[in-house]
Amino acid sequence: MSIWIAKDTRVIVQGITGGQGRFHTEQMLSYGTKVTGGVTPGKGGTECLSLPVFDTVREAKEKVGADASVIFVPPRFAASSIMEAVDAGIPLIVCITEGIPVQDMMTVKRYMEGKQSRLIGPNCPGLITPDGCKIGILPGSICKKGHVGVISRSGTLTYEAVDQLTKLGIGQSTAVGIGGDPIRGTGFTDVLKAFDEDPDTLAVVMIGEIGGSGEEEAAEWIKANMKKPVAAFIAGRTAPPGRRMGHAGAITSGNTGTAEGKIAALRSCGAVVAETPDRIGEALLMAAKRAGILEELRR
Amino acid sequence: MNIHEYQASNLFREYGIPVPEGYLAETPEEAREASKMLGGRCVIKAQIHSGGRGKAGGVKLASDPDEAARLAEGLLGSILVTKQTGSKGKTVRKLFVTECADIEREFYFSITMDIRKECPVLIFSSDGGTEIEELAKTAPEKIGRMHIDPVFGLMDYQLRYMLDRLDLEKDIRDRITDIALRAYRLFREKDCSLVEINPLIADRNGNVTAVDAKINFDDNALFRHPDIRLLRDELEEEEREREAGRYDLNYIQLDGDIACMVNGAGLAMATMDIIKAFGGSPANFLDVGGSATKEKIEGAFRILLSDPNVKGIFVNIFGGIMKCDIIAGGIVDAAKSTSIEVPLVVRLTGTHEEEGKKILAGSGLAIISAEDLADGARKICRLVEEARK
Repeated sequence: MSIWIAKDTRVIVQGITGGQGRFHTEQMLSYGTKVTGGVTPGKGGTECLSLPVFDTVREAKEKVGADASVIFVPPRFAASSIMEAVDAGIPLIVCITEGIPVQDMMTVKRYMEGKQSRLIGPNCPGLITPDGCKIGILPGSICKKGHVGVISRSGTLTYEAVDQLTKLGIGQSTAVGIGGDPIRGTGFTDVLKAFDEDPDTLAVVMIGEIGGSGEEEAAEWIKANMKKPVAAFIAGRTAPPGRRMGHAGAITSGNTGTAEGKIAALRSCGAVVAETPDRIGEALLMAAKRAGILEELRR
Repeated sequence: MNIHEYQASNLFREYGIPVPEGYLAETPEEAREASKMLGGRCVIKAQIHSGGRGKAGGVKLASDPDEAARLAEGLLGSILVTKQTGSKGKTVRKLFVTECADIEREFYFSITMDIRKECPVLIFSSDGGTEIEELAKTAPEKIGRMHIDPVFGLMDYQLRYMLDRLDLEKDIRDRITDIALRAYRLFREKDCSLVEINPLIADRNGNVTAVDAKINFDDNALFRHPDIRLLRDELEEEEREREAGRYDLNYIQLDGDIACMVNGAGLAMATMDIIKAFGGSPANFLDVGGSATKEKIEGAFRILLSDPNVKGIFVNIFGGIMKCDIIAGGIVDAAKSTSIEVPLVVRLTGTHEEEGKKILAGSGLAIISAEDLADGARKICRLVEEARK
């Protein structure tokens, strides 16, 4: 088991004929993801990597079936691509695109109110269920099938965490990159809820960073609801205030969004917070040990 | 992206928001001319990308053209240290010379994004002039907040709710409402992340004027605003940050001596954190991105090495989709062409890791290889510690 995606998830790629779209479609296919087709307006009727290309998401869904869509289109078209996928009733939409205007995302989120689709990202690496399905750009080779759920706002820091777990012999149920933008489809709390309900996930690693209030809200949710142990790391302790650290969402203003505030919030809800990024795996071991599930995790 | 007050003031004028008459001056002579055109008495305001200019001595009152020229001479080329500039301060290169406002009441007005609620928020206070952060601490009840639905926009009834509570004449209320609607249109049409007027003033005759103007724009949206992109003042940016922009690198200057080169913003922040935790001090934040080409890595090395404080370099790459052997080749080429004389520690993990390490080892360069994040951070901190002695 896992959350949201599994071996039988059918995926279409929006922007399949672009450089990034094509490359990562190849990677997804070789990982074993069931990619059924792609969408590029104006290129309907052609093929890409032996997959059918359609003009619209609706047509792709009707003809080849899609449980999920992954978006690799440039920032200026990304908002409309997400809305098209929502309109076509795609249940899971993963937007990899970096650099979407904030006001565009604001409109997208307003549009999605009351709709059934779940959006992951934008500006995210996607998600992966080891030995089953990967949607996005996470490297499959470092993952190992297992029982730890991973949630992160950052791409390569997710790899770092997953790699540390794998090297400790701890596998993952699903790893989800929720993205580094200030306005995003799925937040920490949504993923925590899903992991808490997933019988195959026994513990969770959560990787946050400065800026916003997602980690603090997640800590409140953990305190009130979470039944499974949580280990965490927050990046950006040494970041200068008021500067945007690469990710559009990674910026502190005044006393809000600081690493110290987030670390304190997570500690107060019982999470084991790693002091330095090299000890994320160890933090998880400690959290699992405290909960008495270390042996089960290794299975 | 930030712009100067005089540029923001021009945008306000374009949108029909009343602003004082004003002229840009880059020399004392121009300030004298501006003062003449304004009838002598005028305000001279230093144009730097920072708030808190008044307190730092960047805003002066002149009573005639001669005084205007004298004050301008003192301000131009001087360095202003404000709460927001850091201790290095910023050099004043431009002045905005405006007419004096006859202030009866001062208000605070701004529109910004409420990220938590995912919509714009209008903030208004009848106590203008002071910093809003200060007011939020001392008298939070005096600040009104109004969330704006992104689809339906700002409604005049919302402003009535907010302004009716204040003791204002109808004329002034109507004028503030009009300004708010125009400012919101500007906020949406130009993809602003902040439109701030502090203070917005009312004079004895009930005229309402934006005496100050501050606008920030969403960098991600600049592709659809070529007119706004032209307002960028490169001289306001740190030299290395400007250079990094040319290579499409994300670089932020810090004051330490260990340079870092990392792929991914989160890992780059984490790398700074671990250097600090191991007793070192990072010289920068640098994210080379997901598709670091040889040119990019070379450019990155040049920028890092141009910082005279740098006593060592830590390259931390997690090759996911990017393959380690290709990155290693880029590092070797770049290291050869930039002649690095400080210790260079490289941590490479991920796809084709072994091949990558072989390339580094066989390069003939004094590259110190690290096993993992902690090993790399420890090595660079120790080497720089030795170099400091």
